Amino acid sequence: MLKAIESSEITKTFGATKALDNISFSVNESEVFGFIGPDGAGKTTLFRIITTLMLPDEGTMKVLGMDCKSEYKELRKNIGYMPGRFSLYQDLSVEENLNFYATVFGTTVEENYELISDIYSHIEPFKKRLAGKLSGGMKQKLALSCALIHKPRLLVLDEPTTGVDAVSRSEFWDMLGKLRQHNITIIVSTPYMDEAIRCDKVALLQNGRILSIDTPQKIRAGFSRKLFAVKSVEKYRLIKTLRKNPEILTAYPFGDSVHVTFINNTLDNCLFEYLAKEGIGDAVIQELEAGIEDRFLELMNKER
Amino acid sequence: MMGNKVITVRNLVKKFGSFVANDNLNFEVSAGEIFGFLGANGAGKTTTIRILSGLSKPTSGEVKVAGFDAYRQTENIKKNIGYMCQKFSLYEDLTVKENIVLFGGIYGMSKSLIRERLVELLANLRFQEYENRIISDLPLGLRQKLAFSVAVLHEPRIVFLDEPTGGVDPITRRQFWEMIYEKAASGITVFVTTHYMDEAEYCDRISIMSEGKIVALDSPEKLKKQYNAPTVEEVFIKIARP
Repeated sequence: MLKAIESSEITKTFGATKALDNISFSVNESEVFGFIGPDGAGKTTLFRIITTLMLPDEGTMKVLGMDCKSEYKELRKNIGYMPGRFSLYQDLSVEENLNFYATVFGTTVEENYELISDIYSHIEPFKKRLAGKLSGGMKQKLALSCALIHKPRLLVLDEPTTGVDAVSRSEFWDMLGKLRQHNITIIVSTPYMDEAIRCDKVALLQNGRILSIDTPQKIRAGFSRKLFAVKSVEKYRLIKTLRKNPEILTAYPFGDSVHVTFINNTLDNCLFEYLAKEGIGDAVIQELEAGIEDRFLELMNKER
Repeated sequence: MMGNKVITVRNLVKKFGSFVANDNLNFEVSAGEIFGFLGANGAGKTTTIRILSGLSKPTSGEVKVAGFDAYRQTENIKKNIGYMCQKFSLYEDLTVKENIVLFGGIYGMSKSLIRERLVELLANLRFQEYENRIISDLPLGLRQKLAFSVAVLHEPRIVFLDEPTGGVDPITRRQFWEMIYEKAASGITVFVTTHYMDEAEYCDRISIMSEGKIVALDSPEKLKKQYNAPTVEEVFIKIARP
């Protein structure tokens, strides 16, 4: 399969901080590839290197078969980049922003309209409005249209869903899914673990290093233990009480339950008795499949 | 749920000209409750929060926060609330200690009380070694925990948290929720706004706003049952847009 990105032992340091530490991975053409990690994990630095806006200290980065250092001029014509913020001119209208981006890349809105029509049609009724006056969801659609208007082969989206409400977020991922049919490779970063499931492949990033890289299904399946969800009305007391039990390996709050693993990897039937004795009589325990966040936690603990 | 109501909102209306930002809201929040306040962009959440924190007055309706009236006693309200948002909460070019002393002063705490809380807080967070470090040199996770501790430094009745764990690593995130649970268990009401529905899953009850109205209000579990959805996210997508 053709590779859209080949990263080999990329390292980047800012002062005492190692932003990227020996990063190697490859992205196949037409894939939706997610980089998932908290703030400060190195996502933006990596994307700046991929988009030729920054050079690594060590390692080589090839994008669309071109070297990011020596062939940056040609490469830039083929990349659409939506940075985390400030990708739109707030004091230009919707239409003016789009025309501006098309002109910069030596094309016209008409020429590639088909590619963006699905997305742009949502905001076209407001084309005279200043970009600064748009809602978060609308800004996001305009920024995506602008990043696509020169028909790039690689679309780079840095935290496109941060600060956007759940409905717009879901619509946004649907739009990315549709772009697949145009053979565009998409890399996207997000701090939100639940978005992993919308990607073909994901890399979990933490402190400048890749913890794991695979399909979301395989990453979840990589969780090494049986996992149980324990629920009680008194969540805080439940966590404290569970942690005191010597049979329990980990106990972490997850939404309305506590996710628990056991040292001998089976549900200890004495747990109900133990909890009741400690004054938690309403506990409900269920086995469940690990999610991406469970696996991320497990990998972080192994790194420590 | 619990007896002691810390926020009472009855028939709250807030208009800007002819635009109705809050359209007859009714809800109550109890002491020690973790209450999630959700809604799409532009649903009217910010308007409500500004009123609940004494920064803006209702057009009509009855609003009481920590026992104080939102029309006439806004200064008392401000003294009884704390606020933390993900993006800005601490002065990055001051040290840990300087931030604590500064915020303690702003909250009108006495020097001896600030001193006492400083020692307590540093010990609780195992933060002693960071006392004289500049905020911008701290790892993000530590900053978040410190920001929360500072927001409740003056032991407010209510603390408002805006996307408190957005962008935080999974381990820090869990430690953060445990801090929130601990404060809630001590009686502080926690009022959470967020776009991230997995944060909403941690709340005792959530309300969902759409076009200035509250369209749902219950525990995450009951809402999921009612709308036959596996996650709060799906409940939200079903009802948050008209």
